[in-house]
Amino acid sequence: MSNQLQEILQERILVLDGAMGTLIQRHNLNEEDFRGTLLADHRQPLKGNNDLLSLTQPEIIKEIHRTYFAAGADIAETNTFNANAISQADYGTQHLVYEMNVAAARLAREAADEFTAREPDKPRFVAGSMGPTNRTASLSPDVNNPGYRAVTFDELKEAYKEQARGLADGGADILLVETVFDTLNAKAALFGIQELFDETGRQLPIMVSGTITDASGRTLSGQTTQAFLVSISHVNLLSVGLNCALGADQLRPYLQVLGKESPFPVSAHPNAGLPNEFGEYDQTPELMAAQIEEYLKEGLVNIVGGCCGTTPEHIKVIAAVAARYQPRKLEKQQA
Amino acid sequence: MSEIKPLILSGLEPLVVTPEANFVNIGERTNVTGSRKFLRLIKEERYDEALEIAREQVAGGAQIIDVNMDEGMIDGKKAMVTFLNLLAAEPDIARVPVMIDSSKWEIIEAGLKCLQGKGVVNSISLKEGEEEFKRQARLIKRYGAAVVVMAFDEQGQADTFERRIEICERAYRILTREVDFPPQDIIFDPNIFPVATGMPEHNLNAINFFRATEWIKQNLPHAKVSGGVSNVSFSFRGNNVIREAIHAAFLYHAIRHGMDMGIVNPTLLEVYDEIPADLLELVEDVLLNRRADATERLMAYAETVKGHKTTKKADLEWRSWPYEKRLSHALVKGILDYIEEDTEEARQHYDTALEVIEGPLMAGMNEVGELFGAGKMFLPQVVKSARVMKKAVAYLLPYLEAEKQEGNTRARILMATVKGDVHDIGKNIVGVVLGCNSYEVIDLGVMVPADKIIAAAKEHQVDAIGLSGLITPSLDEMVHVAKELEHEGMNVPLLIGGATTSKIHTAVKIDPCYSGSVVHVHDASMSVPVVSNLVGNEQEAVRVKQEYADLRENYLARQQAKELLPFEEARANKLQLDWQAYEPPQPALQGIKVFDDISLEEISRYIDWSPFFSAWMIKGKYPAVLDDATVGAEARKLLDDARQMLAGIIANRTLQARAVVGIYPVAAAGEDVQVLDWDSGKQLAAFRFLRQQTRKAAGRANLCLADYLAPADSGKTDYLGFFAVTAGLGIEQLIEHYEQQDDDYHAIMVKALADRLAEALAEMMHARVRQELWGYAKEEKLSNEDLIAEKYRGIRPAPGYPACPDHSEKKVLFELLDAERHTGISLTESCAMYPTASVSGFYFAHPEARYFGIGKIGRDQVEAYAAAKKMTIAEAEKWLRPQLNYNT
Repeated sequence: MSNQLQEILQERILVLDGAMGTLIQRHNLNEEDFRGTLLADHRQPLKGNNDLLSLTQPEIIKEIHRTYFAAGADIAETNTFNANAISQADYGTQHLVYEMNVAAARLAREAADEFTAREPDKPRFVAGSMGPTNRTASLSPDVNNPGYRAVTFDELKEAYKEQARGLADGGADILLVETVFDTLNAKAALFGIQELFDETGRQLPIMVSGTITDASGRTLSGQTTQAFLVSISHVNLLSVGLNCALGADQLRPYLQVLGKESPFPVSAHPNAGLPNEFGEYDQTPELMAAQIEEYLKEGLVNIVGGCCGTTPEHIKVIAAVAARYQPRKLEKQQA
Repeated sequence: MSEIKPLILSGLEPLVVTPEANFVNIGERTNVTGSRKFLRLIKEERYDEALEIAREQVAGGAQIIDVNMDEGMIDGKKAMVTFLNLLAAEPDIARVPVMIDSSKWEIIEAGLKCLQGKGVVNSISLKEGEEEFKRQARLIKRYGAAVVVMAFDEQGQADTFERRIEICERAYRILTREVDFPPQDIIFDPNIFPVATGMPEHNLNAINFFRATEWIKQNLPHAKVSGGVSNVSFSFRGNNVIREAIHAAFLYHAIRHGMDMGIVNPTLLEVYDEIPADLLELVEDVLLNRRADATERLMAYAETVKGHKTTKKADLEWRSWPYEKRLSHALVKGILDYIEEDTEEARQHYDTALEVIEGPLMAGMNEVGELFGAGKMFLPQVVKSARVMKKAVAYLLPYLEAEKQEGNTRARILMATVKGDVHDIGKNIVGVVLGCNSYEVIDLGVMVPADKIIAAAKEHQVDAIGLSGLITPSLDEMVHVAKELEHEGMNVPLLIGGATTSKIHTAVKIDPCYSGSVVHVHDASMSVPVVSNLVGNEQEAVRVKQEYADLRENYLARQQAKELLPFEEARANKLQLDWQAYEPPQPALQGIKVFDDISLEEISRYIDWSPFFSAWMIKGKYPAVLDDATVGAEARKLLDDARQMLAGIIANRTLQARAVVGIYPVAAAGEDVQVLDWDSGKQLAAFRFLRQQTRKAAGRANLCLADYLAPADSGKTDYLGFFAVTAGLGIEQLIEHYEQQDDDYHAIMVKALADRLAEALAEMMHARVRQELWGYAKEEKLSNEDLIAEKYRGIRPAPGYPACPDHSEKKVLFELLDAERHTGISLTESCAMYPTASVSGFYFAHPEARYFGIGKIGRDQVEAYAAAKKMTIAEAEKWLRPQLNYNT
């Protein structure tokens, strides 16, 4: 799988899907829908715990994957952005983390296989989404106590390892460590994933995608784009990229850094612009695709897709644009 | 060996350790075993103060900080975690990578779990056997860190050359083959042991380290070498004069043998060049084990200086001066170490940060400016001063930002090399000089189109715009920018600079297009007075406008008087050579020959250093300039720095040189030259040269380069050679490397050096052409001085230079040679060559061929030229602008 993906990445630009949350919202689900029968008696409210829907509303999730594949996505991201023990603790559902990941990977797998069977020339892939958790390993949540840490490296490592195990068992092709605010969290994730590979004897390709939080050009934990790249390059990655926080336009200078420095293929899945006064993303598919086309013209990326606010309509236009350009070429493998 | 892979580390920012980085300085004061003060602070849990020590280290130039908590009385693991977590919250410390220094694995591992960046573990070794070594190395790799490996194994610490290389070789083999550790992430510490201990078995300690270092660098690809330097002088504890000299000499030799980084106490380090010659000899006798009584002799010398204050301490006397004097001292001497604390002290004496800049800092920079103006300081030193000033301003920046709300701002200057042009050494120097005079410089780089300049000028609300350009078409582009600025209704002052620009051109062509002030800045030293007079000064603006208007009128009035020969008369007065008596030499090379990857070392033998000094605005011819009473010392320092950088570039092949040469039969007629295919005789290309049109004294011809070729109707076949060479491939990475470190001095140095290499390569290729490829001067034997003095047969004029000033001929030349493909040089739309360190041109072989300037030409020749080149007249005028004897 790894080799097949690596080859494809040198031949054409792969398209990642768009936002999951935006499409879930369209279903206007209520508390009962979230609970399903599985958690009908759970003590805490569960509305908003989207990752749970892979267990309680599997058809909705699978249909969303189908919609994105139909729009032209090559890779679906599993509905597991927060499916780790640290984030799920907020809902008291950390005991279900492994099942959530297995189920989510399986739903995406089934949708992918349907489309691959229909279009064998365009195989579809499943990337197991691993978000940043809601805690940071190198920042203190308490301004008066800068040495304090709300989570340790080892806690993160274990949480990520459990999530990766579920994703792998459910049939994910790729592990995607994404929306990296704090590089130390990502390093813990990579450490846990490698431990898992050692234990199971089976490796999956890994994508890492960082988040530049604002125009300072740095991650939340203060690293420049290049420092971020250096800090995760000890693992042979399928790709390294950037997502979230910024629109396609604002992301471009930082992608240029990756384009120039990265020994790995490069990915980008920006938001649909910046949020408007109401906190909504309202950039049109055409405008977003036009901005993404700038990267493609410069030959910066191998994988493109969308993050917050992007829809199948966005992905459709982005896929059409991506088909017209050559991917970024790897000049020399540094590893 | 292929290119050496850099060691790349990161804190909040990347650190790329390349061979040309010279030497990476590891801060050593955050080490409980090395600093009593730090130990006390950690013991008493005074972490805030402990952090200050780290901050001082980074501010003082440490590129990595070593953290060590190995002390029996403290919980080392807890102290390491606490300190690293606190450090992560300090961006000005956390920007550099951390070296976790411990002999205890549990402390190392706890530390690794705190680092978001890529740090270094110091150290692991084979002391406890291969299995433990491999286990630790695997984990270090998984945590994403580099590693220092001590030359230590099951038998103990390596103390001979053989043991050192045996252990390092074994460790390297295990790490690269069994652990799959990236070789560039392996740093060997081959043990620095004391010298001059009185024990004969220690006599080889330094040499063995040097030899082991060299062996590692030659035999263990990509691995790096580090070490703790102060150990070497252990026998001279308490005698800092000797210790400092030993450290400096040791480092000098160690770096030459390939040492990449080290733990050094900068306050215990003399400058190698400043070690008294007698002491240096004694120290080097010891280090290099040059004589049996070396130790005794150094001991005897040591007695004579015992108890002396060290030179460094004497140098530090200035630390007791008032802060104003300390600031100007630091600025004049280019000392970075204390600038932040001194700036802070000054800030506490003033109401605003701006006043600190305008007061004591400007006073210091004025002193620098005065010394510079008086020729007592030289540009390389000013660039170093600028670095200090930048740092002081950077320190004040947060305060300035806060004050900005209250309306205080520094003047802001936008700088750009205009569209189509890539030359920026001069622009960068002006930027540095302005920057160090506390102007905020926004540098848009090279090839900047007008709309970008306008957008940036508006966005940053700049107070002046500086345009730079070196090639002829840039003159028109500057006019275009001025018109666009006018169109946008802007009127900030416009500064014009660069080699082809002139006050006259500025007055006649640019000034009338723009209602704001337009000033020609002749060289960098003028930039500050010009800007400070002009910004925000209405009266001066009016005066300047008038001055340029007067210049223009004057010029136009004089213009009428100048009279040229009609073109036809000039043609009739062409150079008459005796073609019947001349047999054009038959070239050995028939067609094109490409030279890939030419040895930079060979090229460097052909360097003409004189223009190098003028690039740095030091006047004088090499080598006489080195002994010049005023600039000699600085010229020598500059040359040393340049040679050191050159040695690095040669050793690491960070620049690549390529060349293509071609020789073809030609058919010349008048000013036209057709280039013919060797076999078919078909036309491959056509050049058109210009002819002088000024009135000549009797017996002097109106020259044209084509006159040096046998005319087609002479019945003889003549030949013309062509070349394009570059020595600038790969320069971007080097420049970026230095720019990232705000090191303008070395960034400018790289460019100046690459330009010299390109010229040297042109000289070298020309020699080869004469002696071998064309072969008309097989017996020629000339020294480099003779070459520089052009004591050879034939010339190599270049398009864009006085004998053939039209840059656009490069297009034809490049096509003929397929130069872009063969050499990697590309042409911009204005026919500037990129990389700029490139030369292209023609080879004329006739013994009478000489360089000359075309001078002014008339509209009649321009019309004929445009027709021959199939250009519009306007386009021909654009390329020939400085030659035109008339207004367009």
